[in-house]
Amino acid sequence: MRIYFDHNATTPVDPGVVQTMARILAEDFGNASSVHHFGQRAKAVLDDARSLVATLIGAEPSEIVFTSGGTESDNFALRGVADALEPTGRRHLIASSIEHEAVLTTFKALARRGWRTTLLPVDSTGIVQPADLAAALADDTALVSVMHANNEIGTVQPIAEVARLAHDRGALFHTDAVQSVGKIPVDVKRLGVDFLSLSAHKFNGPKGAGALWIKRGARVTAILTGGKHERSRRAGTENVPAIGGLGEAARLAAAKLTTEGPRLTALRNRLEEAILARVPGTAINGAREPRVPNTTNISFEAVEAESLLIALDLEGVAVSTGSACSSGTLEPSHVLRAMGLPSPRTQNSIRFSLGAGNTEAEVDFVVSKLPALVEKLRSLTGARVRG
Amino acid sequence: MRVVVAMSGGVDSSVAAALLAREGHDVIGLSMQLYDHSDREGGVRFGTCCTIDDLHDARRVAARIGIPHYIVNFERQFADTVIANFVTEYSSGRTPIPCVHCNGDLKFATLVARAEGMDAEFVATGHYARVDLDPETGRYRLKRGADPARDQSYFLFTLDQAQLSHAMFPIGHLDKAVVREHARELGLDVAGKPDSHEICFVADGDHAAFLERQAPMAGAGAIRDTAGAVIGRHEGVHRFTVGQRKGLGLSSPIPLYVVGIDADANSVIVGPKDALERTELTASGVNWISGVGPESGFRVTARIRHRHREAGATIDPRADARVHVTFDEPQTAVAPGQAVVFYDGDVVVGGGWID
Repeated sequence: MRIYFDHNATTPVDPGVVQTMARILAEDFGNASSVHHFGQRAKAVLDDARSLVATLIGAEPSEIVFTSGGTESDNFALRGVADALEPTGRRHLIASSIEHEAVLTTFKALARRGWRTTLLPVDSTGIVQPADLAAALADDTALVSVMHANNEIGTVQPIAEVARLAHDRGALFHTDAVQSVGKIPVDVKRLGVDFLSLSAHKFNGPKGAGALWIKRGARVTAILTGGKHERSRRAGTENVPAIGGLGEAARLAAAKLTTEGPRLTALRNRLEEAILARVPGTAINGAREPRVPNTTNISFEAVEAESLLIALDLEGVAVSTGSACSSGTLEPSHVLRAMGLPSPRTQNSIRFSLGAGNTEAEVDFVVSKLPALVEKLRSLTGARVRG
Repeated sequence: MRVVVAMSGGVDSSVAAALLAREGHDVIGLSMQLYDHSDREGGVRFGTCCTIDDLHDARRVAARIGIPHYIVNFERQFADTVIANFVTEYSSGRTPIPCVHCNGDLKFATLVARAEGMDAEFVATGHYARVDLDPETGRYRLKRGADPARDQSYFLFTLDQAQLSHAMFPIGHLDKAVVREHARELGLDVAGKPDSHEICFVADGDHAAFLERQAPMAGAGAIRDTAGAVIGRHEGVHRFTVGQRKGLGLSSPIPLYVVGIDADANSVIVGPKDALERTELTASGVNWISGVGPESGFRVTARIRHRHREAGATIDPRADARVHVTFDEPQTAVAPGQAVVFYDGDVVVGGGWID
């Protein structure tokens, strides 16, 4: 038996999406820029997908630019705004300190090009404080980037409030919504942002497809240049099957958003409460609310997270120690560190992220295995933990 | 039976894993990540073993033979044990053997602890060595690998009874050619992969430059002859090892060799070839594989470096894990910091670090 509790890393592709993509691969091979019948068939796939993605986030189809995924969307927003606003004299960028690497590393690259960058702190529960943004904003701030939901701990940031503050100072606002789109209702107008990144494979779509939502009129320069694809905002022949899959995943996600959210919340809470009750020396990292329904990040005192991850995998349970993108490094999670957690706790945290296929029986199985595994790992290092 | 195999991505450990899996064991592959592989600025760039390509090979072998595989991050342990010892030893004018520490302090220590966490009873490696239980004493014996050209028992002399009781060497009874043949039969792409050489973490073979990147090294000093007269300059004692002939920068009618290194005086001592010969040595930090040292006067064959042709010797165990060794014939280039390992036929009796 295999149990998959790592949906924030990626999700299984919905069978409906597989079917859609298989059909497109087999039948709609045309280049969407071609005038003829074959091109029109491919273009129709893109049009459908554009409408479906727009519907999912409350946007207009023309505001959706398809990309290869979340990382490209983040790069597009950050680099594209930097390029567009450089001539205006704006030279300052702000992001939260718990952003995904796609934002943080791009920030570093822009800093090397002469941009001033400010990373906003978060409180001990992993939430950005609007007052910190207000203090950080400058007259030449070009862009503020704050993620909607955090990938490691699931906390949802007060986007509408911080976006307003940014706009008051004439700055643009980007949110990386890769971990919220498809999990909770996301409406670009309510959020009041200018750019929003999303990725298909985080909500049962394929890898290699995503989008950047660009509010009509928002200033941004293309970073992939070439032909006139995506109305000259993103050059390169469109990955039609993957984009078709993104559209179908968006349709499916929108249809079950109101039922799946509460179901996952209940499942996650069941897991969380059982672990806290049955495994001594455990604690939840980050605010319990507001949080995406599927995520919990738990510290196991005196347990090396990597060892627990492997022990769980050998029992057939897939979890992660944080971001899949930072596995293989010894760096403690930058998210947990930004929250001010002491260093042992940043090294012994496990992320459980649930998704569509998960059941109560699976949660109960994991809960039944954990106490003994944790106890064994602790006994090997001679650690004593009081309940 | 659950067995953890230390998979380096080379042909030996790959075949070890494959043979165990074929025998029906519940095999888990672990590869050690020993240093930062990222390309980011300031990242340490070194290594010809356990590189990103080796991990790639190990993963593909594991997938091919259908076993789970994990990369465990031992960067800190590697830095604290193997690298730290390598740096200290060279700075003290000695010639270390990092492989012994990697085996004793990582594979058969940290990795064994990880294996226990996975409920595995054994840790297997791709070493050419054998382990068995001596029916007479009830103790584990460490023996040479069956392929005399490949025997790696020299690098395993620090293993104790507890470590040996959890150790498996699945290819120790095979010839290298047979191991490669197995790899081909099993369809492993690593079948033709060249052997690793030299010190695996020093990518370009320039150990001096590696040391200088790791820690400040003592600078230039005098090269002296055996009478103490200064006859040249050297660029740091860490660049030299006993027995070395090249890189001295001296002109002399007869070939000169490094015959000693005095780190305290920052001096390298050179002399003619016959000044390298020794009939005696002492070693410390001795490990007796059986747990008990032999009687004084025990006859062994002794090896003073990996590629050394073993020589007949009489050993005299002393207090405080020391031993005195008397060779039947003079031996050339006894380098402090290298290991002297004792054999009784095919059985490793024990070994220690040359003083």
